[in-house]
Amino acid sequence: MKLKGRVHLYGANVDTDAIIPARYLNTSDPAELAKHCLEDFDPAFVGRVQPGDSIVATSNFGCGSSREHAPVAIKACGVGVVVAGSFARIFYRNAINIGLPILECLPAAQEAQPGDTIEADLASGEITNVTQGRTYHAQPYPEFMLELVRAGGLVEYTRRRLAGQGRR
Amino acid sequence: MGMTLAEKILAAHCNRRQVQPGELVNVRVDLVLANDITAPLAIKEFGRVGVDRVFDPKRVVLVADHFAPAKDIPSAGQIKMMRDFARAQSTLFFDGGEGIEHVLLPEQGLVVPGDVAIGADSHTCTYGALGAFATGMGSTDIACAMATGDIWMKVPPSIKLVYRGQLRPWVGGKDLILHTIGRIGVDGALYAAMEFTGQAVAALSLEGRFTMANMAIEAGAKAGLFAVDRTALTYVKGRAQRPYTVYSSSADARYQAVEEFDASAIEPQVALPHIPSNSVPVSQARGMPIDQVVIGSCTNGRLEDLVTAGRLMAGRKVHEKVRCIVIPGSRQVYLEALRQGLVQAFVESGAAVSTPTCGPCLGGYMGVLAEGERCLSTTNRNFVGRMGSPKSEVCLAGPAVAAASAVLGRIASPEELEA
Repeated sequence: MKLKGRVHLYGANVDTDAIIPARYLNTSDPAELAKHCLEDFDPAFVGRVQPGDSIVATSNFGCGSSREHAPVAIKACGVGVVVAGSFARIFYRNAINIGLPILECLPAAQEAQPGDTIEADLASGEITNVTQGRTYHAQPYPEFMLELVRAGGLVEYTRRRLAGQGRR
Repeated sequence: MGMTLAEKILAAHCNRRQVQPGELVNVRVDLVLANDITAPLAIKEFGRVGVDRVFDPKRVVLVADHFAPAKDIPSAGQIKMMRDFARAQSTLFFDGGEGIEHVLLPEQGLVVPGDVAIGADSHTCTYGALGAFATGMGSTDIACAMATGDIWMKVPPSIKLVYRGQLRPWVGGKDLILHTIGRIGVDGALYAAMEFTGQAVAALSLEGRFTMANMAIEAGAKAGLFAVDRTALTYVKGRAQRPYTVYSSSADARYQAVEEFDASAIEPQVALPHIPSNSVPVSQARGMPIDQVVIGSCTNGRLEDLVTAGRLMAGRKVHEKVRCIVIPGSRQVYLEALRQGLVQAFVESGAAVSTPTCGPCLGGYMGVLAEGERCLSTTNRNFVGRMGSPKSEVCLAGPAVAAASAVLGRIASPEELEA
């Protein structure tokens, strides 16, 4: 699966309060959360983002709370992939679990410029900065994570597992 | 080869003799937690897993604490959803006002040494103070664990933090952890388990240790653990609702890194806006004007925190330019604070005392900040907009600095009040 879109570039430690402020956590409706994605941090983001765009950030993206509302809001905005040098671990799990593609690749994040077009191939982990004509390789997903992704997320994976054990 | 405390707990929960950092393992969970923000999403996902019942209703705990007692109609709906689910599934449920999850669960003996506890709240790592492996996750992970009673994990490398020497007066767990995050950074322990050791932390009460373990996530850690000693066993005795197992790191356990601290050199700390690693000794933050002080939260809402604040506030007045909000972390803490005359002392000093809630910590309610305001808070995060307006500021500190600052109307050292 290849994803192509423009880069929205951020620095280190973009926290979950920046991604979705807690005042909007009285709902879990993705469309409602999408309206407020990055609202306090980059108020123009929601108006600017196009389906398939990428969020690119340097390190520790998604630090802070465990709110799954953060990757949900990003995904519901139409963002195709998040590329970062590193992710906070709860955000990483949450993104995989809800089916928001994320790739860990520091050089791609460091060299990207706002508005660049990048193409990400999730299967191979290859990231191409089309604007700059550079190609990078993200950390490959561990085999188990690929199984989760192939199953369509953790819920579907667990459904199948339990069905196999005869609990359903 | 020897294993660390974290590795031993994980190995025991996947029936392995040995586990190594980086390995993916499927571990049994002893306790699964969600709150009024994360439970509704978890309940929705649980409905998709395709089982009728949770794996064990006595090991699933739902706590309404973030926006509870309900702050508005949508929040009331979210809490109702979890209340209905808890009743239908006969899980444990704590309604608004009963307490903040991470104060409540250890206090009620629901989490015990040697446990693997997971919660849809990042501060679940608090229980590491009991020698448990506890970590935060999202709602979908929790939904699946509620169905299966297990969860996949990558075994984290451990980082050992050694605190030598004796603590100075008015220095507590909060100061040690803020200082630590200041040194190693907000991703200084990313994916790792922090193991807190040394003479200075051995001298801390369990309350001080809960504060430290609570903020392990603020260094990016997966867990923050303490060895179980006599202090921990005394705390657990009479509370534990289940048998427990005490694990400890082997002498030849391997650590990714070892950080040493001279605890006797650490002053009370203040983390300046807008990141918890921005910590400085209070002497460098003294004099900063503030509009509000909050004393409470899963970080510092325990009895010892209120006793510390009470020692500085009793018989004094909250400064006229400052509002001070004190929030006992649980009903039991509240009752004990009443018995000890602390609530009366706070109210007489001019503070507002609230029923237990996370409320202001995440800008929910009960102390939301306006544009241009600055709050000194004993909570755990000071990100932009954390407690309200994106144009407000939050500084973090322990209860002693918070209480002194409330009285003096600016960031202040407790020693200024004593002088």
